[in-house]
Amino acid sequence: MKEGKIIRTAGPLVIASECLGAKMYDMVRIGELGLIGEIIELREDKAFIQVYEDTTGIGPGEPVVLTGEPLSVELGPGLIRSVFDGIQRPLDVIRAKEGDFITRGIQVPPLDRKRKWDFKPAVKKGQVVKEGDFLGEIEETPLIKHKIMVPPGKEGRIEEIKKGKMTIEETAAVIKGKEAEYRIRLFQVWPVRRNRRVKERKMPVNPLSTGQRVLDTLFPLAKGGTACVPGPFGSGKTVVQHQLAKWSDAQLIVFVACGERGNEVADLLLSFPELKDPSTGRPLMERTIIIANTSNMPVAAREASIYTGMTIAEYFRDMGYSVALMADSSSRWAEALREISGRMEEMPGEEGYPAYLASRLAEFYERAGRVVCLGSDRREGALSVIGAVSPPGGDLSDPVVQATLKVVKVFWALDDKLANERHFPAINWQNSYSLYVEHIKNHWKEETAEDFPEIRQEAMRLLEEESELLEIARLVGVESLSDSERLVLESAKSIREDFLHQNAFHPQDTYTSLRKQYLMLRTIVHFHNLGIKALKDGINLEDILSLGVREQISKMKFIPEKAEGLGVHDTFIEVDKEFKELIKKKG
Amino acid sequence: MHKEYLTVTNIVGPLVIVEKIEDVKYGELVEIEASGGSLRRGEVLDISTERAVVQVFEGTTGLDINKSKVRFLGRSQKLGVSEEIMGRIFDGSGNPKDGGPEIIAKKRLDINGSPINPQARDYPSEFIQTGISSIDGMNPLVRGQKLPIFSGSGLPHPRIAAQIARQAKVLGKEEKFAVVFGGMGITFEEANFFIEDFRDTGALERSVVFLNLANEPPIERIATPRLALTCAEYLAFDLGMHVLVILVDYTFYAEALREISAARKEIPGRRGYPGYLYTDLASMYERAGRIKGKRGSITYIPILTMPEDDKTHPIADLTGYITEGQIMLSREIHRKGIYPPIDVLPSLSRLKDKGIGKGKTREDHADVLNQLFACYARGKEARELALILGEAALSDMDRIYLDFADRYENEFVRQGETESRSIEETLDLGWKLLCMVPRAELKRIGTEFLDKYYSDKQ
Repeated sequence: MKEGKIIRTAGPLVIASECLGAKMYDMVRIGELGLIGEIIELREDKAFIQVYEDTTGIGPGEPVVLTGEPLSVELGPGLIRSVFDGIQRPLDVIRAKEGDFITRGIQVPPLDRKRKWDFKPAVKKGQVVKEGDFLGEIEETPLIKHKIMVPPGKEGRIEEIKKGKMTIEETAAVIKGKEAEYRIRLFQVWPVRRNRRVKERKMPVNPLSTGQRVLDTLFPLAKGGTACVPGPFGSGKTVVQHQLAKWSDAQLIVFVACGERGNEVADLLLSFPELKDPSTGRPLMERTIIIANTSNMPVAAREASIYTGMTIAEYFRDMGYSVALMADSSSRWAEALREISGRMEEMPGEEGYPAYLASRLAEFYERAGRVVCLGSDRREGALSVIGAVSPPGGDLSDPVVQATLKVVKVFWALDDKLANERHFPAINWQNSYSLYVEHIKNHWKEETAEDFPEIRQEAMRLLEEESELLEIARLVGVESLSDSERLVLESAKSIREDFLHQNAFHPQDTYTSLRKQYLMLRTIVHFHNLGIKALKDGINLEDILSLGVREQISKMKFIPEKAEGLGVHDTFIEVDKEFKELIKKKG
Repeated sequence: MHKEYLTVTNIVGPLVIVEKIEDVKYGELVEIEASGGSLRRGEVLDISTERAVVQVFEGTTGLDINKSKVRFLGRSQKLGVSEEIMGRIFDGSGNPKDGGPEIIAKKRLDINGSPINPQARDYPSEFIQTGISSIDGMNPLVRGQKLPIFSGSGLPHPRIAAQIARQAKVLGKEEKFAVVFGGMGITFEEANFFIEDFRDTGALERSVVFLNLANEPPIERIATPRLALTCAEYLAFDLGMHVLVILVDYTFYAEALREISAARKEIPGRRGYPGYLYTDLASMYERAGRIKGKRGSITYIPILTMPEDDKTHPIADLTGYITEGQIMLSREIHRKGIYPPIDVLPSLSRLKDKGIGKGKTREDHADVLNQLFACYARGKEARELALILGEAALSDMDRIYLDFADRYENEFVRQGETESRSIEETLDLGWKLLCMVPRAELKRIGTEFLDKYYSDKQ
């Protein structure tokens, strides 16, 4: 392999000369330790390299080996349940090898070479296959059947197909193409910065159920859609991301902890094997892949980590799964970009970020989508992306937030003030939006209830009216409001406290099915409507507000999911009953 | 013998540029001999075939271009450690400051450390009782957490930090915390306060102190916290102690970092601080934690003073994004004469959920905590309303909450500097206040706890 020579080292940036012939984004190995780096700029024979490990002890004169290959990930059985660093090195293997602290220059294969998998073929000898067609499958976990696909760009007639136990490096099938013969192993290698191809893209129309009431009901995300969660520190971004990873009904989750806290990753690792997927009852870890490049791990690998995660997510999407990728936090990724850009002495754009920040972000989010995958069966897959953004001081004019908002369709704005009141999830219902509501309305009507969109609209209207009324009350006092206006305030408060407020750490409250969400909201809105009617019939506001059913409403969220239909519906009936009695007594 | 260079070409602020060098590595430790023979230390920040940029820890005052001799030592900066380190006081570069002998090192550890493999981390879940209600009750600290104090100039953060160091204990266990204290750019008086306090309470013998005072070279501050943390790692993961690390004041640290960045003519980020401030801070804060299978732990309380009490200032802001919560001090509460002036609403402990509850503190802790937050927030809102419209305009309910907020600050938050409240006392005090509010309003508390603890007889 060709070798260059280091002429400068400045933190994560290394410059090497004698690199003529190297390609952009090729991977290199640096110095005697063989640290991993990637070429990010070429000037004459000089290569500018971002290094994915700490460069202390590296100096001029040391060799740089040019591998001639782009930075890639291995895609095959063994991915699920793994925890990788930013460049797909398995952290458990590193720990077994090096101990509790991460040292440098470790070379370990991303996927286990020794483990044997039970391969069940799905094609026969002589059959003609195209790119993306299934050759067979492996039950990687009880939740995920890992499909072995014909790699993109290859087609032909099956010459040989194996079955039974084999390692990922063994040949599972031989395909005779027009020009060449392909030996297909159980894994593929794919460059992280290139999208995996699809046949066609479609509009996302099915909601991604998350079990979080404010998200599912007010600001839903569609399967294959994109969302961002910006907020100042302490407003609950990470809890929202974790809740999504835990409860969303995607079939596979890729969680990228990018420049965040080590203890949060530890939390995921310790809790996911314990938690059960609400739809299948299996441990969540069986459908999860974690990419962990915590804030103290090398900064350049942080930049690569979201691409590593994205490529793995695309690979499972290609099998026809609904995949969700969480990136926490894209701001740390952008900062890594800024740090490298600064070291290269590039002309800075806004706030010191490089001018290409927005285009890189757009490219990243565009890799999400609902698609028809490669393969003759025209199967559908979806990849939803949820990015957390950590703007300085929670200021939404931050360049990363603004560039993100230009591309994502759902905006969950976290609010400092709500967080201080411990109203969690602290998602501000006035600033947030979802552009998918119109697309998934039909799905709601068919799957949940015909009147769900109207009830949702009614709840939104009450919240909007509340903010206007509070403004008036602030100026001239609560006394100036009419009884019906005060009832609006009470009902909006009930929506906020009894519906939107959700405790992620309460065993019942942490997850609410869409059906239960509908029943809960319907009950609150029903109470309001009957209340308005009762006011017109001359009933006192105080009598309405002192109805016993209000405490019952506030406890609806704690009714177990299983008893759902009955429990919450009982409250609905109780509302009717108490209003009837009230009118009989007073009216 | 190391090669000596006489090829210094530029001296800019804390940086020295040496040319015509050979075989120098990034991050290497450097020794500079000034013309008078005095020695200084530095570190290579940028190295190319022609020149090395060296950051001098002790500052460049008195260095000249012609006669300074530079030696590259071929290794990074290390701290020599052994059991003897307990009870000692060092300067900001790790030399003894208490008149005692040098430490005979059993081990020499790189002060930059290595990142803990996330897979090796154990999730912190042991409640630490600090005896301060507004921390234990509202924002509980757990072993292995990093929880900074966000203070302002003139606020009593040293007293609070000293009180925590004195009183902190894990329930049901008698072991005391070992304390590693690091001062960065603090005044002699402040440093003296801590040392005297440790001495008076007998804590000094289980402490290690690293001090860089305000009149000492700012660049030394870059090394001070790393020395302290390296020492803490040794105590925790080699000797199996539970270590409490207190470092004041990160604002001075960040300013030193900015000084170097400016001297290197780097493109500045927000308010002139370098774009890598986040990564730099994280490389220290993330050294707190627990490791599976190891007995010790590092609990980390960095302290910073927010310029103009602004928590969106980059130092506070970036810290908040890395640490597991923050204890926020408030000038307003301080002016009311309340000690400790902890503003519980913007304070937060992210790791509390696994550290509290049945078997750890008390079954009702989480609910009480949430409810106290909600009630106090509501009370403060009522207080604001009363300021604008006058108290007469408040509804009856608002008035109850207003009263609640006042009593909360005076009875719950306020306590003596030597008063150590048990967690039961703190929670009972919380219930006493919650009982001012009608039961139907307490929506964040489970019925079973209301039945058990609530009474409206008061």
